Amino acid sequence: MVTYIVRRLITAALILLGASFLVYLLTASSGDPLEEFRASSAPNKQQLMDSRSQLLDLDTPAPLRYFKWLSGAARCLVPFAGSCDLGKNIAGQPITEALGFALVQTLTLVTGATILAILIGIALGIITALRQYSALDYGVTFMAFLFFSLPIFWVAVLLKEYGAIGFNDFLRNPEIPLPVALGIGAVAGLIVAVAVGGAARRRLVSGGIVFVAVSLILVYFSLVQWFRNPGLGPVVIAIAGVGLAFAVTLLVAGLKNRKALQASLIVVALGVVAYFAVQPLLNQATAIMIVLLGIATIGVGVGTGYLMGGYDRGQSMRAAGITAFLVGGLILMDRFMQAWPSYFSNSRVRGRPIATIGAGTPNIQGDFWILTLDTFTHLILPTMALILVSLASYTRFTRSSMLEIMNMDYIRTARAKGLSERSVVMGHAFRNALIPIATIVAFDIGALIGGAVITETVFSVRGMGFLFLDGIVHTDPNPVMGVFVCVAVTAMVFNLIADLAYSALDPRVRIKA
Amino acid sequence: MSQPTQQEEFLAEHARSRQPGSSDEPEAKGLSQGQIVRKRFLGHTGALVGLFIFAVIFLLAFTSVGWAGIPGWWKYDHLDVSPLVNDGVPTASLWPPAWGEHPFGQDRIGRDLFAMTMRGAQQSIIIMLLIGTIAGLLGTVVGGLSGYFRGWVEAVLMRITDVIIIIPVLLLAAVVAQSVNRRDQGGWFSGFAASNGILILGIFLGLVSWVGLARLMRGEFLTLREREFVDAARISGASNARIIFKHILPNAIGVLIVNVTLTMSAAILLETALSYLGVGVKSPDTSLGLLISQNQEAFSTRPWLFWFPGIFIVLICLSINFIGDGLRDAFDPRQKKFNAKKAKDTQLSGEAAKKPAPAADGSAGD
Repeated sequence: MVTYIVRRLITAALILLGASFLVYLLTASSGDPLEEFRASSAPNKQQLMDSRSQLLDLDTPAPLRYFKWLSGAARCLVPFAGSCDLGKNIAGQPITEALGFALVQTLTLVTGATILAILIGIALGIITALRQYSALDYGVTFMAFLFFSLPIFWVAVLLKEYGAIGFNDFLRNPEIPLPVALGIGAVAGLIVAVAVGGAARRRLVSGGIVFVAVSLILVYFSLVQWFRNPGLGPVVIAIAGVGLAFAVTLLVAGLKNRKALQASLIVVALGVVAYFAVQPLLNQATAIMIVLLGIATIGVGVGTGYLMGGYDRGQSMRAAGITAFLVGGLILMDRFMQAWPSYFSNSRVRGRPIATIGAGTPNIQGDFWILTLDTFTHLILPTMALILVSLASYTRFTRSSMLEIMNMDYIRTARAKGLSERSVVMGHAFRNALIPIATIVAFDIGALIGGAVITETVFSVRGMGFLFLDGIVHTDPNPVMGVFVCVAVTAMVFNLIADLAYSALDPRVRIKA
Repeated sequence: MSQPTQQEEFLAEHARSRQPGSSDEPEAKGLSQGQIVRKRFLGHTGALVGLFIFAVIFLLAFTSVGWAGIPGWWKYDHLDVSPLVNDGVPTASLWPPAWGEHPFGQDRIGRDLFAMTMRGAQQSIIIMLLIGTIAGLLGTVVGGLSGYFRGWVEAVLMRITDVIIIIPVLLLAAVVAQSVNRRDQGGWFSGFAASNGILILGIFLGLVSWVGLARLMRGEFLTLREREFVDAARISGASNARIIFKHILPNAIGVLIVNVTLTMSAAILLETALSYLGVGVKSPDTSLGLLISQNQEAFSTRPWLFWFPGIFIVLICLSINFIGDGLRDAFDPRQKKFNAKKAKDTQLSGEAAKKPAPAADGSAGD
């Protein structure tokens, strides 16, 4: 095992050396960094050219410059020495500094999108695998192919036009005409009718209920101008919480496990009480406090599950813990909605909340809620674009992995010994189907910090991809090298982690040392 | 609540998905691999529709504005400027079906968008085919050699693959774009590159997209070379070349073709993305990505300039994806393609008397 890891790391280091040399030469030879001065007619042209030549050390040939860069970069390997030197960019800013800033921007952009895409993708994949060859399966498969084929920049421009400009115009006068409300309700009902499966009657009833409910809710929203003054309130939280409690228990423990169901319902009741208790506290919220409250919420849920016990204490704890987390999320969402009107009328936002570019409104003032809402409104469009284009592969991959597992002999054994379909799917099939998905996820996390060059360009986020592209455009090797080294190192490390995780999760796969 | 029905449906699904497996064998009896594959591919509706749409776009793109000096039937080309008709709004209409003077509209200075889109589609298709061919060839050679011969050949080739796989494509494209742009500095390469930017871009992208394929083919060769029929061939005195070309390659061809197709669909998006970022195809020539990049600012005033190129990208890519899916189903012998209609027919004819099919609900309809 150790020999294997050491060998992999040494190979990776050698590959990194070779590749970084190539990347340096390619960047240096891709253009002329003095080009903008050559064409200029400024009187101090020669002086500008000289200063840039000196800054980029252009008198030294590129291969030698690489080794100079390497000697600086090698010092990054010394921990805590603070002598890390990746050179400076064309504007004279140290690369380490620029990288730190870009990394934060990129991670805020892609983390949420990746997590959501993984969750939605895996859920869709499992559902379509369980309903193989149903209308839902064909629909999702077609959507997956469509998303595979969507150029992200095209999606991004459409999102900007309809998601931001259109939605902001709608918010100016948030009234939904009756035909539109009925239309949206009909679409939602149709989707549900396709998704529930089963007999035609059941489909019709479920679709009809959803159609009526959605239409009524939209009409209500329009009447009370909900989109201007959104909020959930304790009643909606209680109703939604009970629904969530049933759903979570159904998935985690099965409704037959009464103790688990009771634990989840108690947690919902506690949540409604806590809703009133924490409001004054939430008014002075900070990020750390929210995280601590979240941990406390999960703790309360798990504790309730432990106290309720039942024939399988672990199931109760899991069900109650997840329910607690979700109800806590609802309370948090409600608080964000309470902050919405003041964000909406903020002097910097001026009633157009959904932003099309940048990572935050410049010079915005406000408390934690306003600032976080500001980040959210800037993140929502790029996140949607990223989810759309990365959803498809997770869906398809989970589906095929799940289908393969469902044909295994041990699944037939599980069924034959009389297990409920829930425990066959969730306990036996799903966990094993996750093994190959875990490796894919590890690869993707490794690729995360490379950023999404195109998304960052379209939405003007100054992240890693932007730094990289900017370096290429200005023939400036140092930022390109900085980004490249970061990306390559994480990618290689996560490849190794993926391989190790695979052999840890699946004992049939053994690493050859 | 949804538990019992779902279970029923699932079990029924399983019972049915087993049936074609048994009924498949007599179907395949006496047919060569090629015949089986062709039969399965032609039974895949999505793939056939994809093939048809791609063929239509291909013909439309290459005949309308002409290619390689051959004039096409359309009256404008992507550079012609003509007076604005109706402020450039598209003249095509579905009902009554009419083509009009400028079916896709015109841009601000009066260039015909139909001609530009067709030219862009040509470029995208050429680059896609180039990348597919080059990546397929290189990937097979590298993957095959390292998988078959192992030892130092494998070590060297796979390390080269490792190096190339982590070099960002964007950087290579930028280098190509720069060298194409340097028209002034003589030399045969820049001269050739300046006049054939597309070919250079396609060749270079092909030279970097083979790595994934090489790893895949190596894996394929590694498993196939351990099989009994390869041992048998070796014992009967077959040469390496004969084993590779006659015994291993035909068995690996399915994986190869499917993945070349998928590489090509990714290549379309790669080319458009690079053009969008300004390091792919450059004006005055045009491509679908470049058209979107040039016109995204005008979305509120001239949305058609944005819609038509985008729709063509999606259509080309979607049809290639469906063709790839059909090929995968056709080549994968483990995958038993389930045909709901056929299963229903056999059930109806075979056991209609016994009991109504448990699965004859609407969910099985295709």
